[in-house]
Amino acid sequence: MRKVYHKIIQIVGNVIAVEADNVAYNELAEVTSRRGSSLAQVIRLQDNKVFLQVFAGSRGVSTGDEVRFLGHPMQVSGSEKLLGRIFNGRGAPRDNRTPITDDMIEIGGPSVNPAKRIIPRNMIRTGLPMIDLFNTLVESQKLPIFSVAGEPYNELLARIALQAEVDVIVLGGMGLKYDDYLFFRNTLDAQGALSRTVMFIHTAADPTVECLMVPDMALAVAESYALAGKRVLVLLTDMTNFADALKEISITMEQIPSNRGYPGDLYSQLASRYEKAVDFDGAGSITILAATTMPGDDVTHPVPDNTGYITEGQFYLRHGRIEPFGSLSRLKQQVNGRTRPDHRAIMDSMIRLYSDYKGALEKQSMGFMMTEWDNKLLKYGKLFEARMMDLSVNIPLEEALDLGWKTLAECFDRTEVGIKSDLVREYWPKDAATDGSN
Amino acid sequence: MPEKTGKIVGVNGNMLTVEFEAGVSQNEVAYAIVGEERLKSEVIRVRGNRADMQVFESANGLSVGDPVEFTGELLSVELGPGLLTGVYDGLQNPLQLLAEKSGFFLKRGIYLHALDREKFWTFTPEATVGAKVTAGDRIGFVMEGIFKHYIMIPLAWSGEWELTELKPAGDYRVVDTVAVVRNADGETRDVTMLQYWPVKIPIPHYEEKLLPENTLITQTRIIDTFFPVARGGTFCTPGPFGAGKTVLQHTISQNAEADVVIVAACGERAGEVVEILREYPHLSDPRTGRSLMDRSIIICNTSSMPVAAREASVYTAVTLAEYYRQMGLNTLLLADSTSRWAQALREMSGRLEEIPGEEAFPAYLESRIADFYERAGLVRLKTGETASVTIGGAVSPAGGNFEEPVTQATLKVVGCFLGLSRERSDARRYPAINPLESWSKYPSLVAAAPLAKAREILARGSEVNQMMKVIGEDGTHIDDFVIYLKSEFLDYVYLQQNTFDAVDGACSAARQKLMFDQVLVVLDTKFSFPDKAAARRYFLELRQLFIDWNYLKSDTEEFKSQQAAIEAKITECRSNA
Repeated sequence: MRKVYHKIIQIVGNVIAVEADNVAYNELAEVTSRRGSSLAQVIRLQDNKVFLQVFAGSRGVSTGDEVRFLGHPMQVSGSEKLLGRIFNGRGAPRDNRTPITDDMIEIGGPSVNPAKRIIPRNMIRTGLPMIDLFNTLVESQKLPIFSVAGEPYNELLARIALQAEVDVIVLGGMGLKYDDYLFFRNTLDAQGALSRTVMFIHTAADPTVECLMVPDMALAVAESYALAGKRVLVLLTDMTNFADALKEISITMEQIPSNRGYPGDLYSQLASRYEKAVDFDGAGSITILAATTMPGDDVTHPVPDNTGYITEGQFYLRHGRIEPFGSLSRLKQQVNGRTRPDHRAIMDSMIRLYSDYKGALEKQSMGFMMTEWDNKLLKYGKLFEARMMDLSVNIPLEEALDLGWKTLAECFDRTEVGIKSDLVREYWPKDAATDGSN
Repeated sequence: MPEKTGKIVGVNGNMLTVEFEAGVSQNEVAYAIVGEERLKSEVIRVRGNRADMQVFESANGLSVGDPVEFTGELLSVELGPGLLTGVYDGLQNPLQLLAEKSGFFLKRGIYLHALDREKFWTFTPEATVGAKVTAGDRIGFVMEGIFKHYIMIPLAWSGEWELTELKPAGDYRVVDTVAVVRNADGETRDVTMLQYWPVKIPIPHYEEKLLPENTLITQTRIIDTFFPVARGGTFCTPGPFGAGKTVLQHTISQNAEADVVIVAACGERAGEVVEILREYPHLSDPRTGRSLMDRSIIICNTSSMPVAAREASVYTAVTLAEYYRQMGLNTLLLADSTSRWAQALREMSGRLEEIPGEEAFPAYLESRIADFYERAGLVRLKTGETASVTIGGAVSPAGGNFEEPVTQATLKVVGCFLGLSRERSDARRYPAINPLESWSKYPSLVAAAPLAKAREILARGSEVNQMMKVIGEDGTHIDDFVIYLKSEFLDYVYLQQNTFDAVDGACSAARQKLMFDQVLVVLDTKFSFPDKAAARRYFLELRQLFIDWNYLKSDTEEFKSQQAAIEAKITECRSNA
């Protein structure tokens, strides 16, 4: 039986300090107050003072309350039994079923040896042309969705999760609105995907400290599945809430803030989570998709900015559509050369023409004269937005490529699209009405 | 020597506070002991009988009262034959061996020898018994790949020594004695092929530093011609995310005409290192025909690896570069990214509760950055040879804003600034080095006068482009419009380069001179066009001819006939006036 301490000497924010011996850094403790008991984690040792962040918050904690150290750091079960289950930010069941305590693993484990990683090589199909065709998602990629509040980024995550060919989905919700949590649960349930899903949900009403645990728990579970050979997709929403929780704790701990109040180690903190994405040499993989809301739609805000330096590209979700400009999958080159011979050509020329369309649109709005070419571009741009960018479009890559050719043929001549002649000969629709060349 | 010990009295993140009894020295290495694990750490501040130490590992599980052992040694690296082709973490642990030993994850507290203790090297003695020698003097060599790897009197030994014994030619391991020396006091020491050097101290064993004035050919046109890097010089490549910093660094590491290339992946994505690890062994170095890996050392401390080791990794890398410089070689160190290294300094400084400077970076940020870049240089060795260390650092400014402290501190000390811009990368104009903002203090491959002319066309073209956005193409005079077209032409055919193409990706010095002369003819020619549409069409056609030319191998028939076609095209619209 471990010793129980009764003397809390400091309570600041959600951090309390007690005088205790033989306590290890990062160890867990149980704080029992009139309000009930809560887990707490050691975040600093200074002589005989131990600083703990209390998961349930320090409200109602009194100086005479009981602190009992558990002798181990935060753990989570890595068992198969987690599938279909929903937990909160301290790993307790949120679905009124029994807790799971077998195969306990420590969260926030060491990083993967780069020598044991392999170059990713498998595409993840999502049914969204803006992803599959233009910015292909690759197994083991880490990719954020940069968006703003109000955009349907959670719907997008849920859709990708449902359609992606993966073995296990792990959802980590941070500061999630209760409605959004219900949305995820109901959607996954309705599509029969709940049985291959594990959810760690911290809602906006839950204590801040628990928010910090969510990515680590989700990723520790993902890692144990991946080591068992599974292909795991981890969805994290919203990482900005996670960063804000970090900010809150670090300010409470009187750390010197670096940029807009965020701690100086924000980059390392985010990286240690995102870098869990991996394709193991000889086991499974972890792919991470994360929603990151940009405060004020500002990509230079510290959270999206640091994220962009860590992740392998980003998707911009604006006005309910994935933006073709700025969105980037850094790993697409690894896979899109092996899908269909026309994939890269269609990808490049459709984006280039869409960019020309934007130019024509600008010209039109400035009142300059429209040429015949401009009019072709305007027609093309409208079709591109309806057929490729709309999030309701749900077609496999091959169909999207065919639709791309159809769209090009409806708007342009063969010579105007800037695609290599042998590809045009093979794929240009035979019955194209506006085909001007012979 | 009695072992110095202490015990932990505080843990804050990866910083430990340790109470000690005997004396400790600044930057001394110590081990914090938790159960079976020994965690390497470094003293970074001493106050009274307490020292603050950064742990190069996760500090989880450490308790107040845990013992600490001080080693009395500064943080050092192993130097000797076998470093080339190595893949190390920031503390010089060989990652491949570590993978064999501990599997998928980097388990903490496991430290392996950087150099293989069992491998035999064929040693050829080159000194005479009885000679007076000092640190850094060569006593023989082994062949490491194509290089003569000189075996020296250890760089860290002071004073004069007499060579009393030199082993005959033969096969030895790095730990075997190859010579014995004795000093005036009668102390004798064994010399092996293995030696140690503290990473944070520059290796000073050279006669003098020289002014870097020879271009280091990187085979990237915009660099070698417009913003050249010198052998022994320094350069930086700041840019926002997605602007192609890493691709540029990889390209330089593959194509630069240096003898030894050291890549320090410091706090960046693991995936990028994996590409190097998996691809370099299969790429061949065109100058030697051997695998690119044979001339490379990779130091990788990626973003999720411990922060303190990230701080050490750039020093480890530059020390290895200096060591190979001592062999008379030209070495190139590429650090990606120095911002992550600066952030590691910031994290530690925050834990030490130092008074912060701008953006919470420590006040000594600038001097640390300067110290690091000053380790580059062209030197004359005691043997009379010249050798060099060239340093290129990527910088990742927050928000892509070059006004931030790391970029500014770096710009003060480097000789060449290759600023990458988001606009250029969005427009797919790669390499996305901004030709209007970048600068270099080193001499270019081509003569100064024509280069100034090309620069002026770029500047004026950009002005015309700005103006056209306001008044439209219609209101622009055709002469101005042609200047704009010329600047775009120069950009497309010369500044832009396809890294992924075998021919265009690597443009030799001779080829650059030839192509630049040809481009210059276009810039110098006065053209006459009936209207702007004709001018635009003409330049598009001319551009296509040049781009096709870029993809043709030098010294082939196609290359020559394409050049002739270009000449003919230029004559087509030349003004007779």
